[in-house]
Amino acid sequence: MATALAGPTPPAIGEWKLPDRGTIGVIFLILTESALFTIFVVAYLVYIGKSLTGPYPKDVLDLPILASICLLSSSVTIVFAEHALKRERIGLFKLWWFATILLGLEFLVSTGLEWRKLIYEDHLTVSTNLFGTTFYSLVGLHASHVIVGMMFLLLVMLVSLFGFPIHTQERRVKFLSWYWHFVDGIWIVVFTVVYVIGR
Amino acid sequence: MASIHYPAEHPKVEEARFSFSSHLYEWVSTVDHKRLGLMYIVSALFFFVVAGLMATVMRLQLAFPNGHVVDPDTFNRLFTMHGTTMVFLVGMPFVAGLSNYLVPLMIGARDMAFPRLNAFGFWIFLFGGFLLYFSYIGGSGLSGAGSAPDVGWFAYAPLTSRAFSRGASTDYWILGILVAGVGSIASALNVIVTTITMRCPGMTLGRMPMFVWVMLVDSWLIVIALPPLSAAQIMLLIDRFLGGNFFNTQSGGSAVLWQHFFWIFGHPEVYILIFPAFAILSEVIPIFSRKPIFGRPAMVGAVCAIGFISLGVWAHHMFAVGMTSWSNTFFTASTMLVGIPTGIKIFNWTATMYGGKLRLDTPMLFCVAFLFQFLIAGLTGIMLGTGPFDWQLHDSYFVVGHFHFTLVAGLVFALFGGMYYWFPKVTGRMYNETLGKWHFWLFLIGVELTFVPMHFLGFLGMPRRIYTYAPGRGWEFWNLVASAGLLFQLPATLIFVWNVVYSAIKGKIAGDDPWDAWTLEWSISSPPPEYNFEITPEVHSSRPLWDLKNPNDPDWRFE
Repeated sequence: MATALAGPTPPAIGEWKLPDRGTIGVIFLILTESALFTIFVVAYLVYIGKSLTGPYPKDVLDLPILASICLLSSSVTIVFAEHALKRERIGLFKLWWFATILLGLEFLVSTGLEWRKLIYEDHLTVSTNLFGTTFYSLVGLHASHVIVGMMFLLLVMLVSLFGFPIHTQERRVKFLSWYWHFVDGIWIVVFTVVYVIGR
Repeated sequence: MASIHYPAEHPKVEEARFSFSSHLYEWVSTVDHKRLGLMYIVSALFFFVVAGLMATVMRLQLAFPNGHVVDPDTFNRLFTMHGTTMVFLVGMPFVAGLSNYLVPLMIGARDMAFPRLNAFGFWIFLFGGFLLYFSYIGGSGLSGAGSAPDVGWFAYAPLTSRAFSRGASTDYWILGILVAGVGSIASALNVIVTTITMRCPGMTLGRMPMFVWVMLVDSWLIVIALPPLSAAQIMLLIDRFLGGNFFNTQSGGSAVLWQHFFWIFGHPEVYILIFPAFAILSEVIPIFSRKPIFGRPAMVGAVCAIGFISLGVWAHHMFAVGMTSWSNTFFTASTMLVGIPTGIKIFNWTATMYGGKLRLDTPMLFCVAFLFQFLIAGLTGIMLGTGPFDWQLHDSYFVVGHFHFTLVAGLVFALFGGMYYWFPKVTGRMYNETLGKWHFWLFLIGVELTFVPMHFLGFLGMPRRIYTYAPGRGWEFWNLVASAGLLFQLPATLIFVWNVVYSAIKGKIAGDDPWDAWTLEWSISSPPPEYNFEITPEVHSSRPLWDLKNPNDPDWRFE
C-alpha cells in the first residue's frame, strides 16, 4: 500500500529468533507428566502407615539398589551416546545406546522380579491393602513410563542398526534423552518416597 | 520497508466439482488449524444444544411441586450428564476451538506448531464425547437396559465405588472424560508451543494481543490442572476394576482425598472455562469503544496472577466436609486473593469503555452484559468462598445460581459475543444485526429469569439435585419463574442458530475488516485463505493494523 509508506518509518526489527518448537513442546510435556506423577506421589504419602492389614512395607520391601544404580547410570550412558552422535561417531553411539537399553532392561527385569516376589511370596496384590494399591500404582506408573522410553530407545537402536542416518536426527535423539532423564528423575522421587520415607 | 501487504486480488484456485465424499474426506483428514477450530466449535455447539435440552427437561420437572415429568433415576442422570457435558464437551472444546482458530491468525503464523497433534486432539476429544454418550446404550452392560452415569459431575467417592454404582455407567464417565482430557492437553500444549515459538517478526510478548495472552495462561492451567483429574480417574479405575483401595473407606482409604484431587483440578478448571470470556472481552471492548485497552500491563499481570493463585484455592469447595480451621482460613484467604486480579480485569474493561466512542453492536452488547453479570457472579463467589457463609448455603440452589451466573450469564454471553464478532471473519459474511439484537435481549431476559431466582431458592433452603419438592415451602413461585425463563432462552438460542446458518449462506458480504479492528486476523481476507498470510507480517506495536491504517500516528511511537 502506497499510503502505508507515507508516515514515519518504524524502527527496523533486528534478528528475530524464537525458541525451537520441539524444545518447548518437550518441556511442557514433561511438566504435564510431572503434574500427573505429583498426584500419585501425594496419594502414596497420604496413605503411608494407613493400611489396616499387612503385609506392611517394612516387612516386604527390599531396597532396589542394583536396579536404581542401573537406571541412574543409563542417564549417563545416554549422554555419552548423544556426544558420540554429535561428533558423528556412529559406532560409538550405537555402543552407548545399546548400553542404555541394557541398563533400562535390567531395571525392568528387577522390577518384574520384585513384583513376582511380592505377589507370590508375600501375597501382596493391588487389592490387599492401601500399601498394595498405592505401591503398585505409583511404581507401575513409573515402570510404564520406562517401558514407553524403552520402546523409543529400541526404535532408535533398530533404525540405526539398519543403516538409517541417525546423525540427521540429533535433535529428536536429544528430546528422547530428555524424556529418559525425566523418567530417571521421577525414579529418585519414587525411590525416596516408597523405599526411604515409606519404609 | 516490509509491512503487512494487502494484495489487490487474492489468488483464485479453480474449484473442483462439488462432491459430498470429497468434502467429507477433506474435513476428516484436515490438519488445518482453522478447520479444526471450526469443528471444535461446531461440536461444542452441538453438545451445548444437547445439554441445554437436558436442562430444559429438568426445569420442566421442577416447575411445579411434585413434578412427574421424569422419574428420580432419570433426573440423576440428567443433571450428571448436563454438568459433565457442559464442562467437558462444551466449555473445553470452546477453549480449544477459539484458540485454534484465532491464535495463529493473531500472531501471524501459518498454522499451529504441531498440526497433526492438533487433529489428534480434536478427534480424541470427539471420541471421548461419544463414549460418554454411548453410556445411554451400554451403561448397564450388554444384557441390561442402558443407563447413563448418575453420580454427579464431580462423582464423589464412595458413590462411585462398585458397591454403590453397579453396571458400567460410571466407567463410561471415567473413560469418556479421561480420553477427552487427553485431547484438551494436546490442544493446550499446542497453543503454548505456538505462542512461544511462532510469533511473527516484531511481535514481542509485550505486543502480543490480549486474546493470545489469556489463551496462553489458559493453556498453562490446562497443562497443570488436567493431569490431577486424569490421575484421580486412573485411581478410580484401579479401584473399580482391580479392587484397589484408594477411595475405599472400609480398608482405610479416604473419600475426602477424591474431593481434594477432584477440586485440585476442578477449581483451576472454572478459570480454564472463564478465560475464553476474558480473552474475548479484551478484544471486543477496545474495538467497540474505539480505545486501546486500559492498563494493558496490569491486564497481563492480572491474568498471570490468576494463572498461579487459582491453583491454590481448591478446598473452598469443601468447607462443609469438616477440614481443620487452618485449612478453612487458608482457603478463604486465598479465595479473597484471587478476587483481586479478577477485580483488576473488570475495572480495566470498564475503564476502557469510559470516555470511549461506544458502538453497541451485538458483540458489544453481549460483552457489556457480561461485565454486569460476571460482577454479580464474582460477588456471590466471594460470598461462597467465605467459610462460615458457605456452611449455611453449601449444596443449596444458591450455589447452582452462582455458578450458572458465572458460566451462563458470564461465559456463554461472552462466547456469543465472540462468535458474533468473528463471524464475518470466519464465514466472510455478516450476520443479521436485527436478529442478533433479538437474540441478545431475549437471552438476557431468559437468563435473568432463570438464574436470579435460584439464589433466592438457596436462601429459602432448597437443596441442589433434588428431583422434586413438596408444596408449601415457599419454593413454588421462584421455581416457576426459573422455569419460565426457558420461554425466552429457547427462542433466543433458536434465533442464534437460524442467524448463524442463514447468514453463513445468504448473509451480506462482510469484507475483510468490518469492525475497523487492530489485530492481524483482520488484515487478511474473509474467510482466511488456507495459507493465512501471503507474506509473513511484521509488527511494531500491539495494534499492527492501527499502524497500517494511520501511518502518520502509529502506535509504535508510544510503546
